[in-house]
Amino acid sequence: MQLLYLLIEIIVKCVVVFACLWIVIAYETWFMRKMAGRIQLRYGPNRCGPYGLLQPFADLFKALFKEDLIPGRSDKAVFTIAPMITITASLSLFAVIPFGNQFTIPWTDYVVKLRIADIDVGLLYIFGIASLGEYGIVLGGWSSGDKYGLMGSLRAAAQMISYETALGISIVGVLILSQSLRLTEIINHQAGGFWNWNIWYQPVGFVLYIICGLAEMNKVPFDMPEAEAELACGFNIEYSSMKFALLYLSEFFHMTAVGAVAVTLFLGGWQPLIPCLDFIPGVIWFCIKLFIVIFFFMWEQWTYPRLRYDQIMKFGWKILLPLALINLLITGLIISLKG
Amino acid sequence: MIIPLLKGLKVTIKYFFSKPITIQYPEEKRPPAKRWRGIQYFEKDERGRTKCVACGLCMVVCPSQCIYIETAEDEEGRRYPLTYELDVARCIFCGFCEEACPVKAIFMGKTYEWVEPQRKPLLMDTERLLEEKKFNP
Repeated sequence: MQLLYLLIEIIVKCVVVFACLWIVIAYETWFMRKMAGRIQLRYGPNRCGPYGLLQPFADLFKALFKEDLIPGRSDKAVFTIAPMITITASLSLFAVIPFGNQFTIPWTDYVVKLRIADIDVGLLYIFGIASLGEYGIVLGGWSSGDKYGLMGSLRAAAQMISYETALGISIVGVLILSQSLRLTEIINHQAGGFWNWNIWYQPVGFVLYIICGLAEMNKVPFDMPEAEAELACGFNIEYSSMKFALLYLSEFFHMTAVGAVAVTLFLGGWQPLIPCLDFIPGVIWFCIKLFIVIFFFMWEQWTYPRLRYDQIMKFGWKILLPLALINLLITGLIISLKG
Repeated sequence: MIIPLLKGLKVTIKYFFSKPITIQYPEEKRPPAKRWRGIQYFEKDERGRTKCVACGLCMVVCPSQCIYIETAEDEEGRRYPLTYELDVARCIFCGFCEEACPVKAIFMGKTYEWVEPQRKPLLMDTERLLEEKKFNP
């Protein structure tokens, strides 16, 4: 019986997280376009429904009714499977992210933990899966039989290798502080007000994580794989219809996941700002923090120009990686001196 | 290196919270310029007919030759255009007809939106030109 309850709980949690995520992602696309509009002194989408709120659905139906083209010279199997790899990888990231602490179902004593899986190697899992998503981009660009696509995927691969190292090292400081890879323990370690959040103990790590995260999800100013100006949309140039929509949406999933990990590692996850505000549910705190991080991602997206390819490589290897190493060294030194 | 990046963020957030300058076209329209040359209209005389005396000067001056006039005379001996055809599809809105008119009958209006699926309605006759008057008070 206990096993059955557990199974039902997991299925319900999966469905709820999946459904909520799609809605959040749909409105992230809307919000991104709205934000682009407002920053450029336009309105953004405002024709579909009030404030353009039905725009994501209009986009969805448009994508569904488009012809699903597969180029003749492409590797058809890989071409078809690439968007699936990307979207699966970026969706699986949410399996370990803790959205909130736990709550008891009213009139029973059944405790529901607000995360799908609470595995010991949560952080390792996230970084492993997150780089899997890049395979979709690389394979998609490569298999489309198009030189721009190939260029885009090559750049994606190079960029991933360069920034993954700095990204990995930038979070080791957090691991040293909380002595665990389990995300819930990292969050519990940051309990008791915002002055306990890791961002104050690891400011350099936080900045490095955000920068490398931007590179990891191919966002401006590191959007090399799909540089519109020079590669004509890069890796996804040959994709159309829902395949394109999946690639496009997986970018948003990835962005949300990077934001959620940033919130978990550095901003205290579901922990309230100050302890006396803990009557507000943890999920809401998590959503507020996640919104702030995503707002920043979009804000900088419409602010900065794209870096040149050699600048990106130089920045990754000559500045970010040494900075991450120095940060790690100093953190380790202080922790070991404190005992 | 970091200060300019922060300055850029400051600029964009400033614009994010300011009001968009978009004119939402079908709902709100920009008024045309004072000397805007739109679709022509006929000025009426005191009896509600066209002021045009069918002298044919506009027909002569029109560089795209889009005006065609047939002259007639009414019982009082006043010349009037029996047919006055202005092909808006060919008109280049140069305003020469307005300049050439000796009796101030034809004027360039303010209207600039006119879409037709067929060519026929774009051939304006006297009635249509008189009708156009009401869009140009």
